Amino acid sequence: MIKIKKDVVVIGGGPAGLAAAAKVYDNGIKDVMLLERDFELGGILPQCIHNGFGLHHFGEELTGPEYSQRFENKVEERDIEVKLDTMVLDVTADKKVFAMNKDQGAMEIQAKAVILAMGCRERTAGAIGIPGTRPAGVLTAGTAQRFTNIEGYVPGKKVVILGSGDIGLIMARRMRLEGADVKAVCEILPYTGGLTRNVVQCLEDYDIPLMLNHTVTKIIGNDRLEAVEITEVDENMKPIPETSEIVEADTLLLSVGLIPENELSKKADVVLDDRTGGPIVNEGRETNIDGIFACGNVLHVHDLVDWVTEESEIAGEWTAKYVKGDYKRSEQKMNVKAGENVAYVIPQSIELDAEDRKRIPLYMRVDKPLQAVDIILYADGEKLYSFSEPFAKPGEMISVPLAQKTLDDLDEVSEIRVDIIEKEEE
Amino acid sequence: MSKDKYDVIIIGAGVSGCAVAWKLARYNLDILLLEKAPDVATGTTKANTAIIHAGYNADPEKQKGRLNNKGNVQIKQIVKDLSVPFEEIGSLVVGMEDDDLSVLDELLEKGKKNGVEGLEIVDKEWLQREEPNLSDKAVKALWAPTAGIITPWEFALAMAENAVVNGVELKLETEVLDVYTENDKVTGVKTNAGDFTADYVINAAGLYADDVARMVGIEKINIHPRKGEYYIYDHAKDFEINHVLFPIPTKISKGIVCTKTIEDNLLIGPTSDFVDSKEDLATTRDGLDHVFEGAKKMFPDLTLKDTIRVFAGLRAADTTEDFVIEAAENVKGFVNVAGIQSPGLSSSPAVADLVAEILENEGLNLEEKKDVIETREDPARFYELSNEERAAYAEKDKDYGKIICRCETVSYKEIVDAINGPIPARTVNAVKRRTRAGAGRCQGGFCGPRVTQIIADELGIETTEVRLEKDTSNIVKYKIKGLLGSQGDEE
Repeated sequence: MIKIKKDVVVIGGGPAGLAAAAKVYDNGIKDVMLLERDFELGGILPQCIHNGFGLHHFGEELTGPEYSQRFENKVEERDIEVKLDTMVLDVTADKKVFAMNKDQGAMEIQAKAVILAMGCRERTAGAIGIPGTRPAGVLTAGTAQRFTNIEGYVPGKKVVILGSGDIGLIMARRMRLEGADVKAVCEILPYTGGLTRNVVQCLEDYDIPLMLNHTVTKIIGNDRLEAVEITEVDENMKPIPETSEIVEADTLLLSVGLIPENELSKKADVVLDDRTGGPIVNEGRETNIDGIFACGNVLHVHDLVDWVTEESEIAGEWTAKYVKGDYKRSEQKMNVKAGENVAYVIPQSIELDAEDRKRIPLYMRVDKPLQAVDIILYADGEKLYSFSEPFAKPGEMISVPLAQKTLDDLDEVSEIRVDIIEKEEE
Repeated sequence: MSKDKYDVIIIGAGVSGCAVAWKLARYNLDILLLEKAPDVATGTTKANTAIIHAGYNADPEKQKGRLNNKGNVQIKQIVKDLSVPFEEIGSLVVGMEDDDLSVLDELLEKGKKNGVEGLEIVDKEWLQREEPNLSDKAVKALWAPTAGIITPWEFALAMAENAVVNGVELKLETEVLDVYTENDKVTGVKTNAGDFTADYVINAAGLYADDVARMVGIEKINIHPRKGEYYIYDHAKDFEINHVLFPIPTKISKGIVCTKTIEDNLLIGPTSDFVDSKEDLATTRDGLDHVFEGAKKMFPDLTLKDTIRVFAGLRAADTTEDFVIEAAENVKGFVNVAGIQSPGLSSSPAVADLVAEILENEGLNLEEKKDVIETREDPARFYELSNEERAAYAEKDKDYGKIICRCETVSYKEIVDAINGPIPARTVNAVKRRTRAGAGRCQGGFCGPRVTQIIADELGIETTEVRLEKDTSNIVKYKIKGLLGSQGDEE
């Protein structure tokens, strides 16, 4: 087994890992290794051939591969050691990374710091326990996207999509463009899980019906999918049997949620947050394990890659500080709490000393759609400040800047809380 | 070297057919094993509770009672010889506060009559120590230390592979359409792949054993499929179960079982509902709810959070609710191995012994073959290896270094070996059964496209020809270029 020593090992070469690795390097730590399981860098981006990426980060609209390429170039220009086709099988709390690939076999890399950037996986038909058979033609939207955009095959031509996550919406349009009859996108909730722009551009523009309050209650067909049973649900999400209809289909795509991929994190004793499915981190994106950082979808599922980049650069910056020994925890640790209507807030704590910092972005999602909201920050129950937004949707992340100046004025505060509440009608 | 004339034809390569083939391969016989699916063990054998029962449950007067314990004892040797993962974790029949606890004593007595060793009644303290997550309503249990867990399809495959290396000819995708007889004596079978003649035909057709029996005029076998539905959990779960746990049984079913599997997944089920169709492998909302409620009685803290799959299997139950293993009265040379429901997996080697005995009584000369290969090489199983062992494998062969399935840690080499093994895996599910690629939490979301491509490359077929299991179960139907052109790349 090859034994290697590295300052920083980044696990995952998707947008999070790429941005984090480049940022670590730019902050003075040049001994960086990036491990990627696929044959190319970019994570999910190379198969996201649609546009809409980079509006926030670059101020222009890019496709997934284009967005990815910019960061791949950054990594390439920086003499960062990249290992493709390399699977990490183990990470320990003392920051040993065990990985394998075909050319070098097994390697154990002792790192000073590790950045977890493994992304997320899709929830499957099995995980949500849809009754019925187990035929070919039932796959997650992301797997279908890989088959279609990377491998060059279309799973089928009569398509039903369950779940209105962004990949589901994107794949509805993609399948239609390949000549498929996309019969419906079913969403069990009364609202979509994806971005508004995707509902408009992928469904409405192509007359693909969006069936809210509907779910697939049965998978039919022993060898190949033959049909699905679609049923309306009541306000408790219970199917209403008399509303069931059988829809002929050879393909059922699932876009029913993304799960941060934290099996490796658990091996390193990283503690996870039940709400995000990702590690609990401070504002530098350090987990409970000293020197193990996390960013991107492994930490929490993002709506836009632009926020992944922003977050990963934060993680990269602090990882570099950590390796340089330039990393100080302040005496006081403030917990960040998700208050009313808030599903979660990242980071979960603020504890680092930073002199040059202007603000800390707090990322959050609401747990239900709200109109005309006030986003209110509290310090130990005392209102700090608030601002208004026209709406808040679970499918769209909200970024709230917490100014360093505000923090500096606080004394002996142990909890920052965020509430998002609907304005009372005047 | 396909022949036209065999001594014995076995219809069906489920666990019973595979066990019979494995057993008979020890004798100087020309044997043909026929299976209509593209792989062995794709029927009842692949979808059950994966338990080697101790043998206290079945009536001592029935075949089930007589064969279960015998099979259990033999299996422990076979798994060593054929390198099949097996764990003797023991089973418990758990009595709850409101249950009729006298049933436990009845089972204990029955077990003793069936020759089961080590049975004892254990108390609440024992249960709380050994199964800390068990409901505190559990008051006592029947403990059967000889029960175990196994991967049923691998057990059947191992026997079939050993049979093949010892000379048995296996024909997949070969469906028996008729059985030929002459002067009340069996002469062969008609299949979709031509006719094959033999003096002896063994009907191990599982759910279809009654249909095959009817081909020679036997009407008394009636298979009424009884469905069992299950949930399976990821091995990376937050909930531990240490043994096979049964509730107090009802008349027709052993109830909702909670067990761990060989790979440390959690398995709960099955339901027990008669269905009309032998093709009805659909889970149902009611069935799955029933499974979960049953499991919750045993383990109140269990959630559905870490489930990765639901599935249903069909028990090939005869109306007599017993195994029907006997020579046909009306047709010489025809032997039925029918009605093999639970504990069929546990009994399978004993079923094979009984079949050999019947064949000998029917006049077949069982002359022991020299140079029988008794063992099967243990395939690499990356998922159970330490990192040091994985490293050693990768040094031996670089193809072990390339990991294809992340959830279950399966290497490229294991997949290629499965596709080129003694019984080649030609479908995505066949690869999954042999290697576990795709059996994990992402259910092939990551490795699925890769495995599909490896199968296409190794078999030299188009990607669109790669199937999940059988018939029209192609993973992808169209090549994109074909779709964009004027002529679609239709099925």
